[in-house]
Amino acid sequence: MTPDIAAILALDGIATGAIYVLMALGFVLIFAVTRVVFVPFGDIAAFTALTLAALELGRLPGTVGLVIGLAVLATLMELYSILRAGSYERIPRALLFYLVLPVAIAGLVWITSGTLWPMPFRIALALLLILPVAPLLDRIVYRPIADASVLLLLTVSVALHFALVGLGLLFFGPDGARTESLTDAMFMLGNIPISGQTILIVVAAAIFCGLLYLFFDFTLLGKALHATALNRTGARLMGIRPERSGTIAYLAGSVLAGVSGILIAPVNTIFYDSGFLLGLKAFVGAIIGGLISFPVTAIGSIFVGLLESFASFQSSAFKEVIVFSVLIPVLLWRSYTFQHTEEDMDE
Amino acid sequence: MPLLAIDNVSVSYGKAEAVRDVSLQVEKGQIVTVIGPNGAGKTSLLMAAIGLLRSTGRIIYDGRDISRLETEERIEMGFCLVPERRELFSDLSVYDNLRLGAYSRRAASGEIKDDIAQVFDRFPRLLERRNQMAGTLSGGERQMLALGRALMARPRLLMLDEPSLGLAPLITREIFRIIASLRDLGVSILLVEQNARAALETADFGYVMETGEIVHSGSADALMHDPRLIATYMGGSEVS
Repeated sequence: MTPDIAAILALDGIATGAIYVLMALGFVLIFAVTRVVFVPFGDIAAFTALTLAALELGRLPGTVGLVIGLAVLATLMELYSILRAGSYERIPRALLFYLVLPVAIAGLVWITSGTLWPMPFRIALALLLILPVAPLLDRIVYRPIADASVLLLLTVSVALHFALVGLGLLFFGPDGARTESLTDAMFMLGNIPISGQTILIVVAAAIFCGLLYLFFDFTLLGKALHATALNRTGARLMGIRPERSGTIAYLAGSVLAGVSGILIAPVNTIFYDSGFLLGLKAFVGAIIGGLISFPVTAIGSIFVGLLESFASFQSSAFKEVIVFSVLIPVLLWRSYTFQHTEEDMDE
Repeated sequence: MPLLAIDNVSVSYGKAEAVRDVSLQVEKGQIVTVIGPNGAGKTSLLMAAIGLLRSTGRIIYDGRDISRLETEERIEMGFCLVPERRELFSDLSVYDNLRLGAYSRRAASGEIKDDIAQVFDRFPRLLERRNQMAGTLSGGERQMLALGRALMARPRLLMLDEPSLGLAPLITREIFRIIASLRDLGVSILLVEQNARAALETADFGYVMETGEIVHSGSADALMHDPRLIATYMGGSEVS
Protein backbone atom coordinates (compact mmCIF):
# COMPACT_ATOMS: atom_id res chain seq x y z
CA MET A 1 0.00 0.00 0.00
CA THR A 2 1.48 3.31 -1.09
CA PRO A 3 0.89 6.50 0.88
CA ASP A 4 -1.32 7.74 -1.95
CA ILE A 5 -3.56 4.72 -1.77
CA ALA A 6 -3.67 4.98 2.00
CA ALA A 7 -4.75 8.60 1.72
CA ILE A 8 -7.49 7.75 -0.78
CA LEU A 9 -8.71 4.91 1.46
CA ALA A 10 -8.63 7.21 4.46
CA LEU A 11 -10.71 9.83 2.65
CA ASP A 12 -13.16 7.18 1.55
CA GLY A 13 -13.31 5.82 5.08
CA ILE A 14 -13.93 9.25 6.55
CA ALA A 15 -16.78 9.84 4.11
CA THR A 16 -18.40 6.49 4.92
CA GLY A 17 -17.70 7.09 8.60
CA ALA A 18 -19.38 10.49 8.42
CA ILE A 19 -22.57 8.82 7.21
CA TYR A 20 -22.31 6.37 10.09
CA VAL A 21 -21.84 9.35 12.43
CA LEU A 22 -25.19 10.77 11.37
CA MET A 23 -26.93 7.45 11.88
CA ALA A 24 -25.16 6.63 15.12
CA LEU A 25 -26.08 10.03 16.58
CA GLY A 26 -29.67 9.17 15.75
CA PHE A 27 -29.32 5.86 17.60
CA VAL A 28 -27.91 7.59 20.68
CA LEU A 29 -30.49 10.37 20.58
CA ILE A 30 -33.46 8.00 20.39
CA PHE A 31 -32.03 5.56 22.91
CA ALA A 32 -31.18 8.26 25.45
CA VAL A 33 -34.67 9.75 25.42
CA THR A 34 -36.82 6.62 24.96
CA ARG A 35 -34.54 3.66 25.95
CA VAL A 36 -35.40 2.13 22.56
CA VAL A 37 -32.58 0.75 20.42
CA PHE A 38 -34.23 1.80 17.19
CA VAL A 39 -33.06 -1.04 14.93
CA PRO A 40 -35.19 0.14 11.96
CA PHE A 41 -33.06 3.30 11.76
CA GLY A 42 -31.12 1.93 8.78
CA ASP A 43 -34.36 0.96 7.04
CA ILE A 44 -35.55 4.54 7.29
CA ALA A 45 -32.30 5.73 5.71
CA ALA A 46 -32.72 3.17 2.90
CA PHE A 47 -36.36 4.16 2.38
CA THR A 48 -35.29 7.81 2.02
CA ALA A 49 -32.79 6.83 -0.66
CA LEU A 50 -35.44 4.80 -2.51
CA THR A 51 -37.92 7.67 -2.18
CA LEU A 52 -35.45 10.08 -3.71
CA ALA A 53 -34.70 7.61 -6.50
CA ALA A 54 -38.40 7.28 -7.32
CA LEU A 55 -38.86 11.05 -7.37
CA GLU A 56 -35.91 11.33 -9.76
CA LEU A 57 -37.66 9.00 -12.18
CA GLY A 58 -40.92 10.94 -11.81
CA ARG A 59 -42.58 7.96 -10.12
CA LEU A 60 -44.78 7.88 -7.06
CA PRO A 61 -42.57 6.67 -4.19
CA GLY A 62 -43.87 3.73 -2.17
CA THR A 63 -43.32 5.79 0.96
CA VAL A 64 -46.58 7.64 0.24
CA GLY A 65 -48.61 4.48 0.83
CA LEU A 66 -46.50 3.57 3.84
CA VAL A 67 -46.98 6.97 5.50
CA ILE A 68 -50.74 6.99 4.88
CA GLY A 69 -51.11 3.44 6.21
CA LEU A 70 -49.09 4.21 9.33
CA ALA A 71 -50.96 7.49 9.89
CA VAL A 72 -54.35 5.76 9.77
CA LEU A 73 -53.20 3.03 12.15
CA ALA A 74 -51.62 5.49 14.60
CA THR A 75 -54.74 7.68 14.55
CA LEU A 76 -57.00 4.74 15.32
CA MET A 77 -54.79 3.71 18.23
CA GLU A 78 -54.60 7.25 19.59
CA LEU A 79 -58.37 7.70 19.31
CA TYR A 80 -58.94 4.40 21.09
CA SER A 81 -56.77 5.40 24.04
CA ILE A 82 -58.32 8.89 24.17
CA LEU A 83 -61.84 7.43 24.22
CA ARG A 84 -60.85 4.98 26.93
CA ALA A 85 -59.41 7.75 29.08
CA GLY A 86 -62.46 9.93 28.39
CA SER A 87 -60.32 13.01 27.64
CA TYR A 88 -62.15 14.09 24.49
CA GLU A 89 -60.55 17.53 24.39
CA ARG A 90 -57.37 15.85 23.10
CA ILE A 91 -59.06 14.60 19.91
CA PRO A 92 -58.45 17.65 17.63
CA ARG A 93 -54.77 17.74 18.48
CA ALA A 94 -54.42 13.99 17.93
CA LEU A 95 -56.14 14.22 14.54
CA LEU A 96 -53.88 17.08 13.50
CA PHE A 97 -50.61 15.40 14.41
CA TYR A 98 -51.35 11.77 13.62
CA LEU A 99 -53.59 12.12 10.59
CA VAL A 100 -53.77 15.55 8.96
CA LEU A 101 -50.08 16.46 8.88
CA PRO A 102 -48.70 13.09 7.68
CA VAL A 103 -51.46 12.67 5.09
CA ALA A 104 -50.96 16.28 3.93
CA ILE A 105 -47.28 15.58 3.34
CA ALA A 106 -48.07 12.33 1.53
CA GLY A 107 -50.69 14.17 -0.54
CA LEU A 108 -48.22 16.90 -1.46
CA VAL A 109 -45.75 14.30 -2.73
CA TRP A 110 -48.53 12.48 -4.54
CA ILE A 111 -49.66 15.62 -6.38
CA THR A 112 -46.15 16.74 -7.29
CA SER A 113 -44.69 13.33 -8.15
CA GLY A 114 -45.56 13.43 -11.89
CA THR A 115 -43.35 16.45 -12.44
CA LEU A 116 -39.55 16.42 -12.55
CA TRP A 117 -38.49 19.04 -10.03
CA PRO A 118 -34.95 20.36 -9.55
CA MET A 119 -32.79 18.28 -7.23
CA PRO A 120 -32.96 20.43 -4.04
CA PHE A 121 -36.76 20.33 -4.17
CA ARG A 122 -36.76 16.56 -4.66
CA ILE A 123 -34.44 16.12 -1.69
CA ALA A 124 -36.65 18.34 0.46
CA LEU A 125 -39.72 16.31 -0.57
CA ALA A 126 -38.02 13.00 0.22
CA LEU A 127 -36.92 14.26 3.65
CA LEU A 128 -40.35 15.68 4.40
CA LEU A 129 -42.03 12.42 3.45
CA ILE A 130 -39.75 10.25 5.61
CA LEU A 131 -40.14 12.58 8.62
CA PRO A 132 -43.42 11.11 9.98
CA VAL A 133 -42.41 7.44 9.66
CA ALA A 134 -40.42 7.06 12.89
CA PRO A 135 -42.79 9.11 15.11
CA LEU A 136 -45.76 7.12 13.77
CA LEU A 137 -43.95 3.84 14.41
CA ASP A 138 -43.25 5.13 17.90
CA ARG A 139 -46.96 5.73 18.48
CA ILE A 140 -48.01 2.38 17.04
CA VAL A 141 -45.32 0.08 18.37
CA TYR A 142 -43.39 1.55 21.28
CA ARG A 143 -45.76 3.77 23.20
CA PRO A 144 -48.08 0.98 24.35
CA ILE A 145 -45.03 -0.72 25.92
CA ALA A 146 -43.14 2.40 27.02
CA ASP A 147 -42.53 1.06 30.52
CA ALA A 148 -41.16 -2.28 29.36
CA SER A 149 -37.55 -3.35 29.92
CA VAL A 150 -34.81 -2.31 27.50
CA LEU A 151 -34.46 -5.94 26.44
CA LEU A 152 -38.13 -6.24 25.50
CA LEU A 153 -37.99 -2.93 23.63
CA LEU A 154 -34.94 -4.21 21.72
CA THR A 155 -36.69 -7.46 20.83
CA VAL A 156 -39.67 -5.53 19.54
CA SER A 157 -37.29 -3.29 17.56
CA VAL A 158 -35.79 -6.31 15.81
CA ALA A 159 -39.27 -7.59 14.98
CA LEU A 160 -40.25 -4.15 13.70
CA HIS A 161 -37.18 -4.11 11.47
CA PHE A 162 -38.19 -7.37 9.82
CA ALA A 163 -41.74 -6.10 9.40
CA LEU A 164 -40.39 -2.95 7.74
CA VAL A 165 -38.17 -4.95 5.38
CA GLY A 166 -41.31 -6.82 4.30
CA LEU A 167 -43.20 -3.56 3.86
CA GLY A 168 -40.18 -2.19 1.96
CA LEU A 169 -40.42 -5.04 -0.54
CA LEU A 170 -44.16 -4.45 -0.84
CA PHE A 171 -43.91 -0.69 -1.35
CA PHE A 172 -40.61 -0.30 -3.22
CA GLY A 173 -40.21 -3.62 -5.03
CA PRO A 174 -37.05 -5.72 -5.29
CA ASP A 175 -35.06 -3.39 -7.57
CA GLY A 176 -32.08 -1.46 -6.27
CA ALA A 177 -31.65 2.21 -7.01
CA ARG A 178 -28.83 4.70 -7.14
CA THR A 179 -29.56 8.40 -7.37
CA GLU A 180 -27.79 11.09 -9.38
CA SER A 181 -24.67 12.36 -7.68
CA LEU A 182 -25.27 15.50 -5.69
CA THR A 183 -22.28 17.22 -7.21
CA ASP A 184 -19.71 16.37 -9.87
CA ALA A 185 -17.09 18.71 -8.51
CA MET A 186 -13.60 17.30 -8.08
CA PHE A 187 -10.71 18.77 -6.14
CA MET A 188 -7.05 17.85 -6.01
CA LEU A 189 -5.17 17.83 -2.76
CA GLY A 190 -1.58 17.38 -3.99
CA ASN A 191 -2.11 14.38 -6.22
CA ILE A 192 -5.02 12.97 -4.26
CA PRO A 193 -8.42 13.50 -5.81
CA ILE A 194 -11.25 14.49 -3.48
CA SER A 195 -14.77 14.35 -4.84
CA GLY A 196 -17.26 17.07 -4.04
CA GLN A 197 -19.53 14.29 -2.81
CA THR A 198 -17.01 13.35 -0.10
CA ILE A 199 -16.72 16.95 1.02
CA LEU A 200 -20.49 17.31 1.04
CA ILE A 201 -20.90 14.23 3.23
CA VAL A 202 -18.31 15.38 5.75
CA VAL A 203 -19.69 18.92 5.84
CA ALA A 204 -23.25 17.64 6.31
CA ALA A 205 -22.15 15.40 9.18
CA ALA A 206 -20.28 18.29 10.81
CA ILE A 207 -23.27 20.61 10.43
CA PHE A 208 -25.67 18.15 12.02
CA CYS A 209 -23.27 17.40 14.88
CA GLY A 210 -23.08 21.15 15.47
CA LEU A 211 -26.84 21.54 15.36
CA LEU A 212 -27.34 18.71 17.85
CA TYR A 213 -24.80 20.28 20.18
CA LEU A 214 -26.48 23.69 19.95
CA PHE A 215 -29.91 22.12 20.42
CA PHE A 216 -28.97 20.24 23.59
CA ASP A 217 -26.83 22.92 25.17
CA PHE A 218 -28.68 26.09 24.33
CA THR A 219 -32.41 25.46 23.93
CA LEU A 220 -35.00 24.78 26.60
CA LEU A 221 -36.50 22.00 24.50
CA GLY A 222 -33.07 20.37 24.15
CA LYS A 223 -32.62 20.52 27.91
CA ALA A 224 -36.09 19.09 28.43
CA LEU A 225 -35.10 16.16 26.18
CA HIS A 226 -31.87 15.72 28.10
CA ALA A 227 -33.84 15.84 31.35
CA THR A 228 -36.21 13.15 30.07
CA ALA A 229 -33.20 10.98 29.24
CA LEU A 230 -31.72 11.50 32.72
CA ASN A 231 -34.83 11.05 34.82
CA ARG A 232 -38.30 10.37 33.44
CA THR A 233 -40.13 10.79 36.75
CA GLY A 234 -38.28 14.00 37.45
CA ALA A 235 -39.16 15.26 33.98
CA ARG A 236 -42.85 14.44 34.38
CA LEU A 237 -42.88 16.32 37.71
CA MET A 238 -41.64 19.39 35.79
CA GLY A 239 -44.52 19.01 33.34
CA ILE A 240 -42.26 17.60 30.59
CA ARG A 241 -44.19 14.87 28.76
CA PRO A 242 -41.87 11.92 28.05
CA GLU A 243 -44.04 10.88 25.07
CA ARG A 244 -43.60 14.31 23.53
CA SER A 245 -39.84 14.24 24.17
CA GLY A 246 -39.86 10.83 22.48
CA THR A 247 -41.69 12.18 19.44
CA ILE A 248 -39.18 15.00 19.11
CA ALA A 249 -36.31 12.53 19.43
CA TYR A 250 -37.86 10.37 16.70
CA LEU A 251 -38.38 13.43 14.48
CA ALA A 252 -34.77 14.52 14.94
CA GLY A 253 -33.67 10.91 14.37
CA SER A 254 -35.73 10.82 11.15
CA VAL A 255 -33.92 13.90 9.89
CA LEU A 256 -30.58 12.24 10.61
CA ALA A 257 -31.66 8.97 8.98
CA GLY A 258 -33.09 10.84 6.00
CA VAL A 259 -29.97 12.94 5.47
CA SER A 260 -27.70 9.90 5.70
CA GLY A 261 -29.93 8.07 3.22
CA ILE A 262 -29.73 10.96 0.77
CA LEU A 263 -25.95 11.20 1.16
CA ILE A 264 -25.40 7.49 0.62
CA ALA A 265 -27.86 7.08 -2.26
CA PRO A 266 -25.51 8.37 -4.98
CA VAL A 267 -22.55 6.35 -3.61
CA ASN A 268 -24.11 2.91 -3.05
CA THR A 269 -26.91 1.09 -4.77
CA ILE A 270 -29.67 0.82 -2.18
CA PHE A 271 -32.21 -1.98 -2.02
CA TYR A 272 -35.30 -2.25 0.18
CA ASP A 273 -33.29 -4.36 2.64
CA SER A 274 -29.97 -2.43 2.55
CA GLY A 275 -30.78 -0.52 5.69
CA PHE A 276 -29.95 -3.22 8.18
CA LEU A 277 -26.24 -3.50 7.37
CA LEU A 278 -25.86 0.28 7.26
CA GLY A 279 -27.63 0.61 10.57
CA LEU A 280 -25.65 -2.19 12.15
CA LYS A 281 -22.33 -0.55 11.28
CA ALA A 282 -23.55 2.77 12.64
CA PHE A 283 -24.70 0.86 15.71
CA VAL A 284 -21.13 -0.35 16.28
CA GLY A 285 -20.16 3.34 16.38
CA ALA A 286 -22.97 4.06 18.81
CA ILE A 287 -21.89 1.15 21.01
CA ILE A 288 -18.35 2.51 21.13
CA GLY A 289 -19.96 5.64 22.58
CA GLY A 290 -21.85 3.45 25.05
CA LEU A 291 -25.16 4.71 23.56
CA ILE A 292 -24.65 7.75 25.76
CA SER A 293 -21.82 9.95 24.60
CA PHE A 294 -22.31 11.95 21.39
CA PRO A 295 -18.61 12.86 20.87
CA VAL A 296 -17.30 9.32 21.48
CA THR A 297 -20.03 8.00 19.17
CA ALA A 298 -18.84 10.32 16.41
CA ILE A 299 -15.23 9.21 16.84
CA GLY A 300 -16.28 5.56 16.96
CA SER A 301 -18.32 5.87 13.76
CA ILE A 302 -15.43 7.47 11.86
CA PHE A 303 -13.27 4.62 13.14
CA VAL A 304 -15.76 2.07 11.77
CA GLY A 305 -15.75 3.86 8.41
CA LEU A 306 -11.95 3.87 8.23
CA LEU A 307 -11.76 0.23 9.26
CA GLU A 308 -14.28 -0.73 6.60
CA SER A 309 -12.42 1.19 3.94
CA PHE A 310 -9.02 -0.36 4.70
CA ALA A 311 -10.52 -3.80 5.24
CA SER A 312 -12.21 -3.75 1.85
CA PHE A 313 -8.86 -2.89 0.24
CA GLN A 314 -6.98 -5.66 2.04
CA SER A 315 -9.54 -8.40 1.53
CA SER A 316 -12.90 -7.19 0.41
CA ALA A 317 -14.53 -10.58 1.00
CA PHE A 318 -13.82 -10.24 4.71
CA LYS A 319 -14.77 -6.60 5.04
CA GLU A 320 -17.92 -7.19 7.12
CA VAL A 321 -16.19 -9.87 9.17
CA ILE A 322 -13.43 -7.49 10.12
CA VAL A 323 -15.79 -4.63 10.97
CA PHE A 324 -18.07 -6.70 13.16
CA SER A 325 -15.19 -8.57 14.82
CA VAL A 326 -14.20 -5.23 16.28
CA LEU A 327 -17.51 -5.19 18.11
CA ILE A 328 -16.42 -8.05 20.37
CA PRO A 329 -13.47 -6.34 22.11
CA VAL A 330 -15.47 -3.10 22.23
CA LEU A 331 -18.37 -4.84 23.95
CA LEU A 332 -15.98 -6.48 26.43
CA TRP A 333 -14.39 -3.13 27.18
CA ARG A 334 -17.78 -1.45 27.47
CA SER A 335 -19.26 -4.04 29.80
CA TYR A 336 -16.15 -3.74 31.95
CA THR A 337 -16.34 0.05 32.22
CA PHE A 338 -20.12 0.08 32.52
CA GLN A 339 -20.03 -1.95 35.75
CA HIS A 340 -17.72 0.66 37.17
CA THR A 341 -20.04 3.56 36.44
CA GLU A 342 -22.92 1.69 38.08
CA GLU A 343 -20.86 1.22 41.22
CA ASP A 344 -20.04 4.90 41.19
CA MET A 345 -23.71 5.76 41.01
CA ASP A 346 -24.51 3.67 44.06
CA GLU A 347 -22.00 5.48 46.20
CA MET B 1 -63.58 25.44 49.80
CA PRO B 2 -60.32 23.60 50.43
CA LEU B 3 -57.52 23.93 47.85
CA LEU B 4 -57.04 20.17 47.85
CA ALA B 5 -59.55 17.54 48.87
CA ILE B 6 -58.54 13.91 48.69
CA ASP B 7 -61.74 11.96 48.80
CA ASN B 8 -61.86 8.21 49.61
CA VAL B 9 -58.65 7.49 47.72
CA SER B 10 -57.29 3.93 47.60
CA VAL B 11 -54.09 2.70 45.97
CA SER B 12 -53.31 -0.95 45.34
CA TYR B 13 -50.24 -2.78 44.14
CA GLY B 14 -51.81 -5.91 42.74
CA LYS B 15 -53.76 -7.37 45.65
CA ALA B 16 -51.92 -5.44 48.33
CA GLU B 17 -53.69 -2.22 49.31
CA ALA B 18 -51.18 0.48 50.19
CA VAL B 19 -53.74 3.22 50.78
CA ARG B 20 -57.30 2.48 51.88
CA ASP B 21 -60.15 5.02 51.67
CA VAL B 22 -58.08 8.00 52.69
CA SER B 23 -59.71 11.41 52.82
CA LEU B 24 -57.93 14.61 53.75
CA GLN B 25 -58.02 18.31 53.01
CA VAL B 26 -55.62 21.19 52.63
CA GLU B 27 -57.02 24.69 53.05
CA LYS B 28 -55.52 27.66 51.20
CA GLY B 29 -52.43 28.99 52.97
CA GLN B 30 -52.20 26.03 55.31
CA ILE B 31 -49.35 23.64 56.02
CA VAL B 32 -50.86 20.20 56.53
CA THR B 33 -48.75 17.24 57.53
CA VAL B 34 -49.25 13.51 57.25
CA ILE B 35 -47.11 11.64 59.75
CA GLY B 36 -46.74 7.95 60.32
CA PRO B 37 -44.27 5.10 60.25
CA ASN B 38 -42.35 3.76 57.29
CA GLY B 39 -44.64 1.76 54.99
CA ALA B 40 -47.84 3.45 56.15
CA GLY B 41 -48.66 4.42 52.55
CA LYS B 42 -47.77 8.11 52.80
CA THR B 43 -45.61 8.16 49.67
CA SER B 44 -48.19 6.16 47.71
CA LEU B 45 -50.81 8.71 48.71
CA LEU B 46 -48.74 11.60 47.32
CA MET B 47 -47.88 9.69 44.15
CA ALA B 48 -51.58 9.03 43.61
CA ALA B 49 -52.44 12.68 44.26
CA ILE B 50 -50.01 13.81 41.54
CA GLY B 51 -51.12 11.07 39.16
CA LEU B 52 -47.97 8.95 39.03
CA LEU B 53 -49.86 6.05 40.63
CA ARG B 54 -53.30 4.80 39.66
CA SER B 55 -55.90 5.24 42.35
CA THR B 56 -59.60 5.06 42.97
CA GLY B 57 -61.61 7.81 44.64
CA ARG B 58 -61.57 11.50 43.79
CA ILE B 59 -58.90 14.17 43.95
CA ILE B 60 -60.38 17.67 43.93
CA TYR B 61 -57.95 20.53 43.37
CA ASP B 62 -59.19 24.09 43.40
CA GLY B 63 -62.76 22.88 43.02
CA ARG B 64 -62.04 20.70 40.00
CA ASP B 65 -61.90 16.91 39.87
CA ILE B 66 -58.41 16.18 38.56
CA SER B 67 -58.50 12.40 39.09
CA ARG B 68 -58.41 11.71 35.35
CA LEU B 69 -55.87 14.34 34.38
CA GLU B 70 -52.30 13.47 33.43
CA THR B 71 -49.53 14.29 35.91
CA GLU B 72 -48.25 16.98 33.54
CA GLU B 73 -51.65 18.70 33.48
CA ARG B 74 -51.76 18.74 37.28
CA ILE B 75 -48.30 20.34 37.31
CA GLU B 76 -49.50 23.01 34.88
CA MET B 77 -52.26 23.86 37.38
CA GLY B 78 -49.67 24.75 40.01
CA PHE B 79 -49.91 21.46 41.89
CA CYS B 80 -46.38 20.14 42.46
CA LEU B 81 -44.52 17.36 44.25
CA VAL B 82 -40.99 17.19 45.61
CA PRO B 83 -40.59 13.42 45.78
CA GLU B 84 -38.72 11.47 48.40
CA ARG B 85 -35.95 10.60 45.93
CA ARG B 86 -35.72 14.26 44.81
CA GLU B 87 -35.48 13.09 41.15
CA LEU B 88 -32.99 15.80 40.18
CA PHE B 89 -31.36 15.89 36.74
CA SER B 90 -27.95 14.75 37.91
CA ASP B 91 -26.03 15.52 34.70
CA LEU B 92 -27.45 19.01 34.33
CA SER B 93 -26.19 22.08 36.19
CA VAL B 94 -27.95 23.56 39.20
CA TYR B 95 -28.99 26.48 37.00
CA ASP B 96 -30.46 24.20 34.31
CA ASN B 97 -32.36 22.20 36.93
CA LEU B 98 -33.94 25.42 38.14
CA ARG B 99 -34.63 26.57 34.59
CA LEU B 100 -36.46 23.31 33.85
CA GLY B 101 -38.46 23.77 37.05
CA ALA B 102 -40.31 26.55 35.22
CA TYR B 103 -40.92 24.39 32.13
CA SER B 104 -44.64 24.05 32.80
CA ARG B 105 -45.13 27.83 32.95
CA ARG B 106 -44.06 28.83 29.43
CA ALA B 107 -43.13 32.23 30.87
CA ALA B 108 -40.91 34.90 29.34
CA SER B 109 -37.21 34.34 29.97
CA GLY B 110 -36.86 37.63 31.83
CA GLU B 111 -39.50 36.60 34.33
CA ILE B 112 -37.82 33.24 34.80
CA LYS B 113 -34.44 34.85 35.38
CA ASP B 114 -36.00 36.96 38.13
CA ASP B 115 -37.47 33.85 39.73
CA ILE B 116 -34.13 32.05 39.58
CA ALA B 117 -32.56 35.07 41.28
CA GLN B 118 -35.20 34.80 44.02
CA VAL B 119 -34.44 31.11 44.53
CA PHE B 120 -30.75 32.02 44.83
CA ASP B 121 -31.70 34.65 47.45
CA ARG B 122 -33.52 32.00 49.41
CA PHE B 123 -30.78 29.39 48.98
CA PRO B 124 -27.45 31.24 48.72
CA ARG B 125 -25.65 27.88 48.69
CA LEU B 126 -27.21 27.12 45.31
CA LEU B 127 -25.84 30.36 43.89
CA GLU B 128 -22.34 29.25 44.81
CA ARG B 129 -22.96 25.96 43.03
CA ARG B 130 -24.93 27.30 40.09
CA ASN B 131 -22.70 25.77 37.39
CA GLN B 132 -22.05 22.52 39.24
CA MET B 133 -23.78 19.31 38.12
CA ALA B 134 -26.71 18.44 40.39
CA GLY B 135 -25.27 14.95 40.88
CA THR B 136 -22.24 16.39 42.71
CA LEU B 137 -24.24 18.18 45.44
CA SER B 138 -24.40 17.14 49.08
CA GLY B 139 -27.63 15.77 50.58
CA GLY B 140 -28.74 19.10 52.03
CA GLU B 141 -27.92 20.96 48.83
CA ARG B 142 -29.84 18.40 46.81
CA GLN B 143 -32.92 18.97 48.96
CA MET B 144 -32.52 22.74 48.58
CA LEU B 145 -32.27 22.33 44.81
CA ALA B 146 -35.33 20.07 44.76
CA LEU B 147 -37.28 22.70 46.74
CA GLY B 148 -35.97 25.55 44.62
CA ARG B 149 -36.76 23.69 41.42
CA ALA B 150 -40.32 23.07 42.60
CA LEU B 151 -40.73 26.76 43.52
CA MET B 152 -39.77 27.68 39.95
CA ALA B 153 -43.14 26.28 38.85
CA ARG B 154 -44.79 28.93 41.11
CA PRO B 155 -46.87 26.23 42.80
CA ARG B 156 -50.05 27.02 44.66
CA LEU B 157 -49.92 23.67 46.40
CA LEU B 158 -46.63 21.96 47.07
CA MET B 159 -46.40 18.39 48.34
CA LEU B 160 -43.17 17.48 50.09
CA ASP B 161 -42.25 13.86 50.66
CA GLU B 162 -39.84 13.36 53.56
CA PRO B 163 -37.87 16.58 53.03
CA SER B 164 -35.68 15.81 56.07
CA LEU B 165 -34.80 12.27 54.99
CA GLY B 166 -31.09 11.58 55.35
CA LEU B 167 -30.21 15.11 56.41
CA ALA B 168 -28.15 16.19 59.42
CA PRO B 169 -30.21 17.75 62.26
CA LEU B 170 -28.85 21.23 61.63
CA ILE B 171 -29.82 21.09 57.95
CA THR B 172 -33.20 19.58 58.82
CA ARG B 173 -33.93 22.62 61.00
CA GLU B 174 -32.89 24.90 58.13
CA ILE B 175 -35.16 23.05 55.67
CA PHE B 176 -38.15 23.29 58.02
CA ARG B 177 -37.48 26.99 58.55
CA ILE B 178 -37.64 27.43 54.78
CA ILE B 179 -40.81 25.36 54.51
CA ALA B 180 -42.48 27.55 57.13
CA SER B 181 -41.40 30.65 55.21
CA LEU B 182 -43.07 29.37 52.02
CA ARG B 183 -46.44 29.91 53.65
CA ASP B 184 -45.71 33.65 53.49
CA LEU B 185 -45.33 33.30 49.72
CA GLY B 186 -48.90 32.04 49.61
CA VAL B 187 -47.91 28.44 48.91
CA SER B 188 -50.06 25.82 50.61
CA ILE B 189 -48.15 22.73 51.66
CA LEU B 190 -48.90 19.06 52.17
CA LEU B 191 -45.96 17.67 54.09
CA VAL B 192 -45.29 13.97 54.59
CA GLU B 193 -42.78 13.20 57.32
CA GLN B 194 -41.46 10.52 59.63
CA ASN B 195 -39.89 13.22 61.76
CA ALA B 196 -43.23 13.83 63.49
CA ARG B 197 -42.10 16.46 65.96
CA ALA B 198 -40.46 18.74 63.40
CA ALA B 199 -43.43 18.32 61.05
CA LEU B 200 -46.05 19.14 63.69
CA GLU B 201 -44.05 22.15 64.89
CA THR B 202 -44.21 23.57 61.37
CA ALA B 203 -47.74 22.53 60.40
CA ASP B 204 -51.21 23.90 61.13
CA PHE B 205 -53.05 20.63 60.85
CA GLY B 206 -51.99 17.00 60.96
CA TYR B 207 -53.12 13.52 59.98
CA VAL B 208 -51.64 10.29 61.31
CA MET B 209 -51.46 7.41 58.86
CA GLU B 210 -50.92 3.76 59.78
CA THR B 211 -51.04 0.74 57.45
CA GLY B 212 -52.78 2.64 54.68
CA GLU B 213 -55.42 4.40 56.77
CA ILE B 214 -55.84 7.70 58.55
CA VAL B 215 -56.09 6.85 62.26
CA HIS B 216 -55.97 10.31 63.86
CA SER B 217 -56.32 13.88 62.77
CA GLY B 218 -56.43 17.24 64.45
CA SER B 219 -54.72 20.58 64.79
CA ALA B 220 -50.95 20.23 64.88
CA ASP B 221 -50.94 21.60 68.40
CA ALA B 222 -53.43 19.03 69.67
CA LEU B 223 -51.60 16.16 68.00
CA MET B 224 -48.30 17.28 69.45
CA HIS B 225 -49.70 16.98 72.95
CA ASP B 226 -51.67 13.79 72.36
CA PRO B 227 -50.16 11.25 74.77
CA ARG B 228 -50.80 8.30 72.44
CA LEU B 229 -48.83 9.97 69.66
CA ILE B 230 -46.05 11.15 71.90
CA ALA B 231 -45.35 7.59 72.96
CA THR B 232 -45.39 6.21 69.41
CA TYR B 233 -43.95 8.93 67.22
CA MET B 234 -42.08 11.43 69.30
CA GLY B 235 -39.85 9.17 71.31
CA GLY B 236 -41.22 9.22 74.85
CA SER B 237 -41.98 12.08 77.19
CA GLU B 238 -43.47 15.35 76.15
CA VAL B 239 -41.16 18.31 75.92
CA SER B 240 -42.88 21.46 77.11
